[in-house]
Amino acid sequence: MGKRQFSESALERMEKEYQEWQAEYRKALQKVPERLERFSTVSDLEVKPLYTPLDIKDKNYSEDIGFPGMYPFTRGVQSTMYRARHWTMRMFAGLGGAEDTNERFHYLINHGETGLSTAFDFPTLMGYDTESPLARGECGKCGVAIDTIDDMQRLFANINLEDVTTSMTINPPASVIWAMYIANAENEGYDRKRLGGTIQNDCLKEFIAQKTLMLPPDPSLRLVTDTVEFGTREVPRWNTISISGYHIREAGATAVQELAFTVYDGITYVEECLKRGLNVDDFAGRLSYFWNSHIDFFEEIAKMRAGRRMWARIMKERFKAKNPRSMLMRFHTQTAGCSLTAQEPYNNVVRTTTEALAAIFGGTQSLHTNSLDEVYMIPSEHAVLIALRTQQILAEEVGVTNVIDPLAGSYFVEALTDKMEEEATAYIRKLDEMGGMVAAIEKDYPQMEIADAAYHFQQQVEKGEKVIIGVNKYPSTRPELEFILRIDPELERRQVERTQQFKQKRDQVKFQRAMDELRRRCEGPPCWENNVMPALIDAVRAGATEQECCDLYRDVFGVYTDPGTF
Amino acid sequence: MGIVDQILAGDVRATARVLRDIDDQVPTIHPILKQLYPHTGKAFIIGFTGSPGVGKSTLVDQLTIHYRKQGLTVGILAVDPTSPFTGGAILGDRIRMQRHFLDDGVFIRSLATRGHFGGLTKSTNDMINVLDAMGKDIILVETVGVGQDEVEIANSAHTTVLVTIPGMGDEVQAIKAGIMEIGNIFVVNKADREGSRKTIRELMNLIELGLRHQGQNGWEPPIIQTEAIKSRGIEELGEAIQKHRDFLLANDKSNLRDVLVKRARTQLLEVLKEEALRTLMKRIETRGIALDTLVDQIVEKSTDPYSVVQDLLNNELP
Amino acid sequence: MNKSRKLRILIAKPGLDGHDRGARVIARAFRDAGFEVVYTGCHQTPEQIVSTAIQEDVDLIGLSILSGAHAYSFPRVIELLKENNAEDITVIGGGIFPLEDIPVLKEAGIKEIFEPGTKLHEICAWVDQNVKPRQAMVA
Repeated sequence: MGKRQFSESALERMEKEYQEWQAEYRKALQKVPERLERFSTVSDLEVKPLYTPLDIKDKNYSEDIGFPGMYPFTRGVQSTMYRARHWTMRMFAGLGGAEDTNERFHYLINHGETGLSTAFDFPTLMGYDTESPLARGECGKCGVAIDTIDDMQRLFANINLEDVTTSMTINPPASVIWAMYIANAENEGYDRKRLGGTIQNDCLKEFIAQKTLMLPPDPSLRLVTDTVEFGTREVPRWNTISISGYHIREAGATAVQELAFTVYDGITYVEECLKRGLNVDDFAGRLSYFWNSHIDFFEEIAKMRAGRRMWARIMKERFKAKNPRSMLMRFHTQTAGCSLTAQEPYNNVVRTTTEALAAIFGGTQSLHTNSLDEVYMIPSEHAVLIALRTQQILAEEVGVTNVIDPLAGSYFVEALTDKMEEEATAYIRKLDEMGGMVAAIEKDYPQMEIADAAYHFQQQVEKGEKVIIGVNKYPSTRPELEFILRIDPELERRQVERTQQFKQKRDQVKFQRAMDELRRRCEGPPCWENNVMPALIDAVRAGATEQECCDLYRDVFGVYTDPGTF
Repeated sequence: MGIVDQILAGDVRATARVLRDIDDQVPTIHPILKQLYPHTGKAFIIGFTGSPGVGKSTLVDQLTIHYRKQGLTVGILAVDPTSPFTGGAILGDRIRMQRHFLDDGVFIRSLATRGHFGGLTKSTNDMINVLDAMGKDIILVETVGVGQDEVEIANSAHTTVLVTIPGMGDEVQAIKAGIMEIGNIFVVNKADREGSRKTIRELMNLIELGLRHQGQNGWEPPIIQTEAIKSRGIEELGEAIQKHRDFLLANDKSNLRDVLVKRARTQLLEVLKEEALRTLMKRIETRGIALDTLVDQIVEKSTDPYSVVQDLLNNELP
Repeated sequence: MNKSRKLRILIAKPGLDGHDRGARVIARAFRDAGFEVVYTGCHQTPEQIVSTAIQEDVDLIGLSILSGAHAYSFPRVIELLKENNAEDITVIGGGIFPLEDIPVLKEAGIKEIFEPGTKLHEICAWVDQNVKPRQAMVA
């Protein structure tokens, strides 16, 4: 701990005045009592009526807060932040078939979006082709259906893949989809060394929260490590994991749980890569994070600031990183889907705006703003434009981007930032004691903590202790929105036919040879010689479908099902 | 076709509904059970016990694959705890047996402990009998892993498998404390974990100690190492169970007879207890005896439970 | 009716989405209301759901879905129940559905649809009123 920012005598005086103010406050409450018995954040973290320098008196500016772009990065990962460049406006998009989504990409780019983000449908997310019996009724519903490299080609048609960065929300089959992306880009004449983007590729949060389950934890981590290793050597501009708190939060976690479990997932990935023999400063700079920006304004800002500081300290102290870039928690943010209401959906614009503002004050590197109809379905063009315009207005009209980290020094924000770090660090110690995240997942520990929090919140809502306007206060009904988006029910049949024709046309000998090599690598011990990525790129180029690659994984590595305890 | 014939013909819906009546202790179930009883005795019953989280459901899932490969049909009873506060329960063991959901040769039933009169043992025994009568070759019973049911499963099963995992320090102590003698087979699941050797060593010592005190008619319980989630050690477990079965059948089935006697005695006592209590409660009700008043008197210490019962049995309800 | 007769409910998630927050919350609420809840988690096919419902002799199936595949999976569950002479099992749904789909689902045989914002105790009260444990079997 460094030198205190306030002198002893100044603190003594403040303490005395604080007591006086408290007396006044209590006196005033006798006339008009407090509105609530207890004031707390949406995560039920209790907050005091007033914060003063006394709450942060033990902090040292240089050590705990510091300057933007400088350790411990509390104030931001770049020295310039939004004065040089805005965050990347990256709207999560995917609907129907590849052409439909391609059309949406162009629409967004034409309206000023600055990065792409791909949503896949559930069969794709789970490693099934559209023709799988498990995929019935799902094709193109919650994202785009991608079975083959041919679909990938149509998805990114007429988009310059060296100019734009592309994020792909895909987890257990991430290696396969990434291989399709790289193979397609190379077919189109781009250089893999110049491709920029992100695959989510965060298998741990799937076990914890999102339940897109395919393989058991150990082989899942092996595949993640393969992609990091491959990215480090071959695709240096790519973020190979987007360590995600978003889904953990949507599953009902508190802000502290989101922060702690996600950072611990990050710790686990770093450990796995070190076990593989990678040098921490060679890969850590390509790890990125993904936060949820929920409805409690200050809590979110504090969470993001605390996250940056924690990660910097962990990378420096626990993993002995030398390069400052390895210590940066760069992150994408999405506003909270679970905070939106089906009732009076136009109010969702207000919620999303507030959440987006928190993400900006939190120092995000890229942002997705939810559309007002996203509570029902994939957003319509009309609604998605409002959401994109929300970001543009915040970036360019209201002046919040003129000054870097403008909330630093707020007694409340700094105290809440400290609180976030303190409580999340306690969880991290607990997870260390449990023997790491995989052991904790097997005990259902994070899953249960989240389920408890979700149930607690639901009960608070039912008792009216937490207010949701239009739901439990001023209750309202749900209107039929005029711009509802429908997915063509014929799409499924067409997609099945297309993939079947694609499979008939491929060179079967070449395909089989590529699949045999992929199997050999999967069955071998994890190392660069057995890295799945080169074999996958050959396989998808030879016409392997997503499911064929994932079936091979399932066959070699086994299948995982959720323990589902309560 | 009557309900009994439907069950004997292997009808799933009829079987499921009768299991429900057993669970709910509906009195009309007894005539059905009576008619099914002569058709029981063909199935081989294996009980699984051990603390929550040791992987019993996964072992049951894997062993089911093992028996299905041999062409045998399987009935599974999986027990989860009832919430003592609300009387409700969440039964989630099935989740780990999903691969068998569409297999006609496998019947899975989830049960809650409920904590009703007569305990779980009576309904479990009755349910085993129904699955037996419906034609299942193998019946796997998975207990909750806490409390008295652990010991009682040994009175219902032909073979009792006691499951533990490395690194549960007090687990082995608990085994020592009471259920050592009931385990015919010991499984160390998740055997790839640290501390596995130590757990095995401790188990070996305990088994030796247990055998010295209270033998199992010459049966020496083996210790099987498994990693159920990766299907490792399942064949070995299957073989160990088969060996125990052979042991029961050896010497003109004399060992099996011991098991059957134990089981029949337990069942008889359970039914007796339940029926006697039911009969007495009914009489108390028809005679208009107010139990609440008696309870009040006990609370006020104007009498005691022993005198009340003695009085009821001698004077009121003969 | 025997007093100890307990309502048994199957909570299942058809389709491939893994958003089990709602399913888990309602399973807990039903447990806390004193019901017995069989929970089979995510990624269940209609065939698996119906087979489970019959083996477990449940009185009620609660389907939770957020993937948009309800138009296929909900009616399919009803169809399979009929094929297995088990149409006496009540089926309800929870999740987000386009408004115009709701009457279609009800027409198909889904007894009630609970949309976001429905209070847990309202759902429990609905179950109490509308679902009764089955009569006992007679030899």
